[in-house]
Amino acid sequence: MGHITVSNLGKAYKRYPTRWSRIAEWIMPWGPKRHDLKWVLEGLNFKVNAGEAMGIVGMNGAGKSTLLKMITGTTQPTQGWVKVEGTVAALLELGMGFHPDFTGRQNAVMAGQLLGLTSSEVKEIMPAIESFAEIGSYIDQPVRVYSSGMQMRLAFSVATAKRPDILIIDEALSVGDSYFQHKSFERIRQYSREGTTLLIVSHDKGAVQGICDRAILLNGGSLALESDPETVMDFYNAMLAGQSGERVTQTVHAAGGVQTISGGGEALVHQTLLLDEDGRPIEVVKVGQAVTLAITILIKEDIEQLVIGYQIKDRLGQPIFGTNTFHTKQILHNLRASESIRCQIKFDANLGPGSYSVSISLHDSETHLGKNYEWRDRALVFSVINVERTHFVGMAWLPPQIEVLRD
Amino acid sequence: MGMIQALWGYRGFIAGSVQREFQSNYQNSALGAAWMIIKPLALIVVYTVVFSQIMAAKLPGVGGEFSYGIYLCAGLLAWNFFAETVTRTQNVFLDNANLIKKISFPRMCLPVIALLNAFLNFAIVFGLFVLFLILTGSFPGIVFLALVPLFALQVLFSLGLGLTLGVLNVFFRDVGQLFSVLLQFWFWLTPVVYPLAILPDFVQMFVRYNPMTNLVNAYQQVILYGQWPQWSSLFSMVCLALALCYAGWYLFRQNAGEMVDEL
Repeated sequence: MGHITVSNLGKAYKRYPTRWSRIAEWIMPWGPKRHDLKWVLEGLNFKVNAGEAMGIVGMNGAGKSTLLKMITGTTQPTQGWVKVEGTVAALLELGMGFHPDFTGRQNAVMAGQLLGLTSSEVKEIMPAIESFAEIGSYIDQPVRVYSSGMQMRLAFSVATAKRPDILIIDEALSVGDSYFQHKSFERIRQYSREGTTLLIVSHDKGAVQGICDRAILLNGGSLALESDPETVMDFYNAMLAGQSGERVTQTVHAAGGVQTISGGGEALVHQTLLLDEDGRPIEVVKVGQAVTLAITILIKEDIEQLVIGYQIKDRLGQPIFGTNTFHTKQILHNLRASESIRCQIKFDANLGPGSYSVSISLHDSETHLGKNYEWRDRALVFSVINVERTHFVGMAWLPPQIEVLRD
Repeated sequence: MGMIQALWGYRGFIAGSVQREFQSNYQNSALGAAWMIIKPLALIVVYTVVFSQIMAAKLPGVGGEFSYGIYLCAGLLAWNFFAETVTRTQNVFLDNANLIKKISFPRMCLPVIALLNAFLNFAIVFGLFVLFLILTGSFPGIVFLALVPLFALQVLFSLGLGLTLGVLNVFFRDVGQLFSVLLQFWFWLTPVVYPLAILPDFVQMFVRYNPMTNLVNAYQQVILYGQWPQWSSLFSMVCLALALCYAGWYLFRQNAGEMVDEL
């Protein structure tokens, strides 16, 4: 129970040049084929063993959702086959099919029936669903008065009320408040310990590296890499970074938020990278890890002075730390057009777990309020995960030395 | 066989969906389930009392003050059930596109739910009609049992047609539009409101080829005239119903996978 075997799996959608071509093809089945196939996935082979946690990463349009749909059985493969042993629960569209006029309880029963349970079986697990969702008396209110978080709670509780042999999780899981997020992840981990196979699709590097034993990388509809999560994520990052600067900017947008670039353009930030100890670009940083912020700058016009500033912000945009080369007394003078500058900032990432962004500013004096060459918000986004340190909360890692004495 | 088993496994879902669809119509109304009775009751009253008493419509050759009302109801209730079943099943895959795309469950549940919903509406209104027959002393007696095979034939015919159209409708959306237009003509080409005898001969010839004519006639025969239907006249419709069921089943089997991609 819990094995997934995928063999030479492929999916293609039929594309007809006009609406009439399909009619012609149906009426004359002996006639020529009038459609061409658009392959979104091709020749996929992999195996997930029972109890394993497998991450699936890839850019938008790489075929992740199609793969999941074929594993859950909603979509039929065009070639190859998927063999799934055991019960499957998919957290793909939480709250799918909730009817706003019915109470939470009625909807929960309905959702359970959709999973193939009989009404008496649903009744049996109802108390467990209620207590896990923790929505109190709202359970007997119509779902239309629920907040989206409450709907999420109820939907998650129903979908995972019974431990499935295979649990499929899409990134949708990041909704809900952090209390419930924590609680739901705890349940997922517990199921995983009890032998449930996990299949996790995520762009969140922290989640993939934190939970998964293995990961696969999909690119353009085929399997690009299958390895341990760290290798796969590194490769994925390199793949993202290897594309044109514009493309990386788009990824930043996908992480949420708008990038603001302003300034006169006399000097431009060409590239911003976060490097680990070995000089490899990374996007996930361990608490306390020694990292280097590497900035490449192109000078477009002759300028007298250049001050380079940077700022690390948390996900709410609050500055955590920032300084510039004016304060460190490293101002550059008399720069010529087409010159290129490399700036390396080494620091220990003594930050709490979470997502951070780096803003870069290029200007001529103490602040960018003087002459501003370029101000680039979200030049880089990275996340910090706590792997090897003591568990802690907060924005900063202040290495503690705790003594507890008992007289 | 596997299909039946899968449907049985999802009986909770089927029963729940039928109930929910039914409830959702009355969930937020003050009178609630009373509307379930009021609406069909109004229908029966209009067709029987208003037509018979106020407009004094009479059927040629049949006595009794309610004869036209009973004639009309017998045909109309059967027709409405037919039309509702076909219309619901032909749209069932499109209406539930989200469910089909996101959740894996036996797709055959959906037409079954559509059929049961239509049946439930029919059962209520037909029950009221039977009550009316009994109260006015027009109940036909033992002949009434003939309605059972008639009803079974009708279900087979409507389900077969609905399923065939339902699958086609996913790939060719014009099918649904076209059929709702055709249904209007079909209704008036079936002797529901008028007796067949009042048509000119050459039109009668034409109307007799309509399978629904024989079925509706059989209903009227049983309920109004208290006679056993002419079973032989229904033979062609039995063949047609079986053919449609096979066609619907075959289309569904062939295209169930591709259907998801089209929704």
